[in-house]
Amino acid sequence: MTGVLAAERRDSATRPVALRTAYRDGLIELMQHDQRVVCLDSDTGLFAGQDFGTATDRYLNLGIAEQNLIGTAAGLAATGYRPFVNTMATFASSRAVEFVKLDLAYNALGVCIAATHAGLSAGHLGPTHHGLEDLAVMRVLPNLTVLVPGDAGQVRALLPQLLELDGPVYLRLDRKPAASLPGWVARPQLGRIQTLVPGERVVLVACGPQPIVAALKAERLLADAGVSAAVLQVHTLAPFDIASLLDAVGPAELVVSVEEHWQIGGLGSAIAEALAEQLPRPLIRIGVPRTFVSVVGDQEQLLQHYGITAEGISDQVLSRLDVTPLTPNRSCPQCNR
Amino acid sequence: MPSPSMVIDQPASLLSVAEHADAIRQHVVQMCFGPEGGHLGGSLSIVDVLAVLYFDVLRNFADQPDHPDRDILLLSKGHGAIALYAALAERGYFPVSELTTFGQAGGRLMGHPVRAVPGVELPTGSLGHGMALGAGFALAARLHDSARRCFVIVGDGELQEGSCWESAAVAAGQRLDRLVVIVDRNRLQLTGPTEGVVGLEPLAARWRSFGWDVRELDGHDQVGLAEALRSTPWTAGQPSVLIANTHKGYGVPKLSDQPHCHCVSLSERQQATVSSSLASFLSGGSR
Repeated sequence: MTGVLAAERRDSATRPVALRTAYRDGLIELMQHDQRVVCLDSDTGLFAGQDFGTATDRYLNLGIAEQNLIGTAAGLAATGYRPFVNTMATFASSRAVEFVKLDLAYNALGVCIAATHAGLSAGHLGPTHHGLEDLAVMRVLPNLTVLVPGDAGQVRALLPQLLELDGPVYLRLDRKPAASLPGWVARPQLGRIQTLVPGERVVLVACGPQPIVAALKAERLLADAGVSAAVLQVHTLAPFDIASLLDAVGPAELVVSVEEHWQIGGLGSAIAEALAEQLPRPLIRIGVPRTFVSVVGDQEQLLQHYGITAEGISDQVLSRLDVTPLTPNRSCPQCNR
Repeated sequence: MPSPSMVIDQPASLLSVAEHADAIRQHVVQMCFGPEGGHLGGSLSIVDVLAVLYFDVLRNFADQPDHPDRDILLLSKGHGAIALYAALAERGYFPVSELTTFGQAGGRLMGHPVRAVPGVELPTGSLGHGMALGAGFALAARLHDSARRCFVIVGDGELQEGSCWESAAVAAGQRLDRLVVIVDRNRLQLTGPTEGVVGLEPLAARWRSFGWDVRELDGHDQVGLAEALRSTPWTAGQPSVLIANTHKGYGVPKLSDQPHCHCVSLSERQQATVSSSLASFLSGGSR
C-alpha cells in the first residue's frame, strides 16, 4: 500500500503531533547528551514549564529581541557551542534577517534557527504572524541549510543530523498538530528529495506538512481520473537536490509544486530554476499568491481559500492536462468565491 | 619615535604603549594614501584604545590567534578597519609591510574587517552587531566558567542602531560581566555632530539606566584607559561600558574634529600636508 492510504491508516493509530512540539522534546533530549547544545529563546512560550534536566543552565530566555538573539547565538557558536534559537518564521526571516545573513551565514556558524508559525499556520493571527516569505529569503543565503520537515517524526529524525553540519540551519516548523506520514517517510536523509509515490504523467513536489498531505490526497484523486502522478517530498530546500528532482521528473509532462508560502521565491521557484536550466517542462506553482491575507480563518481554512488542497491541486492539474474533472469546481467557504 | 620599519624588528615588549600608538597612527594615515582611501577620522579616534588593549590589557597571542586562553576583541564599528589592521600588524599578527595592500586586489585586507585576517574574530561593518556577538562570547565564558573577557568597540553614531540597545538590555539582564563595551565618543558621524542628527545625551545616564556599570574618560589618555580596562569587570554581575571621549581624526591636527575626515582619499598634495601635520603631532608639537 502506498501514498495517502497508508498515511491515513497510520493517522488512525497515531495522534497528530505539532512539529514544534516534536522539536521541543527532541531538543531537550539532545541537550542531555550533548553539552554543546544551548537553547536560546525569545519568550516564545514553547518551553514554558519544561524540565531541562541536567541542561537547565543551557536554556536561556533572552526576551523579545530577535536581532540580539541571532547575534548572541553567533558569538556562542564561535566558541564551539551549538545554539538553537527559537522564534517565529517571519521574525527570523524578515525582522532579523541581516543578522542571519552576516552573523550566521557569512561566518558559517553552527546555529539552528527553529522557526515556528511557518506558512499560514498562525491562521487567524494574520499577516503580522504569517511566515510566507521565509523560504525565499533563506534559500538565497550562502552556507545556510534550509529544512522543511514534513511531520513530527521527520523533525526528530533530522535534529541529530543537523548537528553533523558545520554551518547554520533554518528549521521551518508548523504551529498546529499535523498528520504523521507513513513510517518509512519519517526517516529522511538530510539533503535528499524523497519519492513518496512513484508515478508517470505528473510529478507533484511538496514541502511542509499540509502541502504533503494535500499532494498525497491529490495523487489519489488524479488516479481516480486516470492520471498517474508521482509525489515527491522536499525536506531540504537548500541545498536543493536537483539531481533527484530531474531523475524523478524524467519524461513526465507536467510538474507541480505545492507549498505553504508565497508563490514567488520558495519551492516553486527552486524547481522553476532547475527545470528552466536543465529540463524545460511545464510547471504549476501552487502556493499563496503575492498578496497579504485579508480573510480571517484558521490554517486549514486559509489553505482552502488559496487552493492549497488536494482538490485545488487536482483541479489545476486536470485543467492543464485538459482532462474533465469528476466533480464540479468547488467554492471557498471563506469568501464564497 | 620609532619608524614603522623599526617596529617589525623589535619584540613588542620593548616598546611602550605610547610608541605603538604612534606607529599605528602612522600606519593608518599611510593606508589612506591608497586609491580607495580609508575611514581616517574614526580610525584615528580609536588608536589609543586599540594600543592599550593589544599591548596592555588583552590576553592575546599573535603567533596563535585562536589560542583558547585569549580575550576577545570585536570592532563593532567595522569601518575603523584600518586602525584594527594596523594594530594587529603592529602587534605581530601579520607583517606591517602587508598594510600597503589595504583594499588592493589580491590582498586580504578588505575595507571592513574579515576573518581571513589573523586576529579578526568575526567580520563587522554593518553597525549594531558587535554587542550581540560580544554577549554571545560573554555567555560562552559564563557557561564554560572561563575568565575570558570580551571587549567590543562601538561607535557613538552606531548607538543610533536599535539592536545595540536590545543587546544592552539583554547583557545586563543576563548579568554578563565578562562583556566590556568601549564607546568611541568622538561626537561626529558621517554628516556632522551626533547631537545634531539623533542625539545620544545623556549617554552615561542612558547606559546606567540599562543596568551597566559606566565610566567615562579621555579616550586618548593611555594610562587612564589601561587602568580602567585592566580592572574590568568593575562590578560582579554587571557588564561594563567605558565612554571614551575621543577626537575624530586625532593625531592629524589639520583634520581633527572635522566632519569631512570621516572617509578620505588623500591626493599627493594633501598627503604632504597630512604627513607634516601628523609628524608635528608625533613630535609633541601640537598635542
